[in-house]
Amino acid sequence: MTQIRLTVNGKQVADDVPPRLSLADFLRERRNLTGTHLGCEHGVCGACTILVDGEPARSCLMLAVACDGREVQTVEGLDKDRITAALRDAFKQHHGLQCGFCTPGMLITARDLISRNVANSEREIRKGLSGNICRCTGYTNIVTAVGHAAKALAGGGGE
Amino acid sequence: MKAGAFDYVRPQSLAEAIRLRGGGRDTQLMAGGQSLLAMMNLRVAQPELVIDIGRLAELRTVSETGADVSFGACVTHAAIEDGRVADPSRGLMPQVASGLAYRAIRTRGTIGGSLALADPAADWPTVLAALDGQAALRGPGGARTVPCREFVVGTYETKLGPDEIVESIRVPKLSAAARWGFLKFCRKSGEFATSIVAVVRDPQRNYARAVLGAANGAPLVLRQTSEVLMTGAVKRDALGAAIAADLDAARDRRFDDFQRDLHAVIALRAVQQALA
Repeated sequence: MTQIRLTVNGKQVADDVPPRLSLADFLRERRNLTGTHLGCEHGVCGACTILVDGEPARSCLMLAVACDGREVQTVEGLDKDRITAALRDAFKQHHGLQCGFCTPGMLITARDLISRNVANSEREIRKGLSGNICRCTGYTNIVTAVGHAAKALAGGGGE
Repeated sequence: MKAGAFDYVRPQSLAEAIRLRGGGRDTQLMAGGQSLLAMMNLRVAQPELVIDIGRLAELRTVSETGADVSFGACVTHAAIEDGRVADPSRGLMPQVASGLAYRAIRTRGTIGGSLALADPAADWPTVLAALDGQAALRGPGGARTVPCREFVVGTYETKLGPDEIVESIRVPKLSAAARWGFLKFCRKSGEFATSIVAVVRDPQRNYARAVLGAANGAPLVLRQTSEVLMTGAVKRDALGAAIAADLDAARDRRFDDFQRDLHAVIALRAVQQALA
């Protein structure tokens, strides 16, 4: 067991963790933050994407023990985030989810695309979301939703 | 799946990391961990001790001289993609970085980790060979330099000694007259490629090299293609013949018909890009 201290959704957290515990399992099982979903557990599906020090990362490909001192944000911590709020509205309006399993990863990835200003065309959005798999295959509506959110945030009055 | 049990240590210096590496246990260095942790979760890799070098400041620096740029092994793909570090390659390295896996992988994955793992379908081993990068290795006996073109010797096999670490990668600066080509074929954006070709032509430095990746082993230098490239001959037939000769000469790679045709097409387009 190794003691770690990190910030999760703005709160200081300390815990003893075994090295093999992934950040995803730490968040789900120790912090009860079950909005982070685990699909493939080898970095392909994107469902477990979260923010580490403000940058998107696969929480299945990070060890909790290696996150000592880092700042982690999950989908639960983005309730008041301006971009995430716009994405949430757009996903609702454009039916951007069916079963919802991929949605937390989609929201965090889309938020990163918009914040880096690389969600300005369907092509850019599709490329940017290519690391997030939706097994309901609802990509058309997801891409539409992200495009509308990006426009709305740019002040284009997309909605 | 979940990784099996292992011990974890985060050394405070490169010297400490090298000591731990030579400690007699079954160790694995972890830079960004984006391949290692996937392999550990699949239990393809089961090290006793994971040495986390990802935060070592010594491995995260980038230094520049008039002739080259030296990338610390733990510089991330995202830093190269975003242009947060110097670019010796006149746009080639940022373009490669931007198409490597997915952004959430690029924020953590590193150039040195990718080179040291030597996945045959990874982009950096091929691109760094084409750019004539030099890998700086450090072990208990001191430092040595190995050209990236020779560093990878096979699938997941390199010249890195069991107690050595890739410290940095030095990439010579391309001149203003240099041109490059880069193309890879993936069935899905971001996945490991089925064919990769990187081409660099720098007449001012009397340098030309075309390298094929995802080539059933180490990156393959296309020698005849590189020679034709050097002359600047732009005839499509001559290029096609040189590429075919290079692929024929690589019998030991045992390309099937699909691979051979695909490599030929990707190579031709990448070379034409460099000559355009």
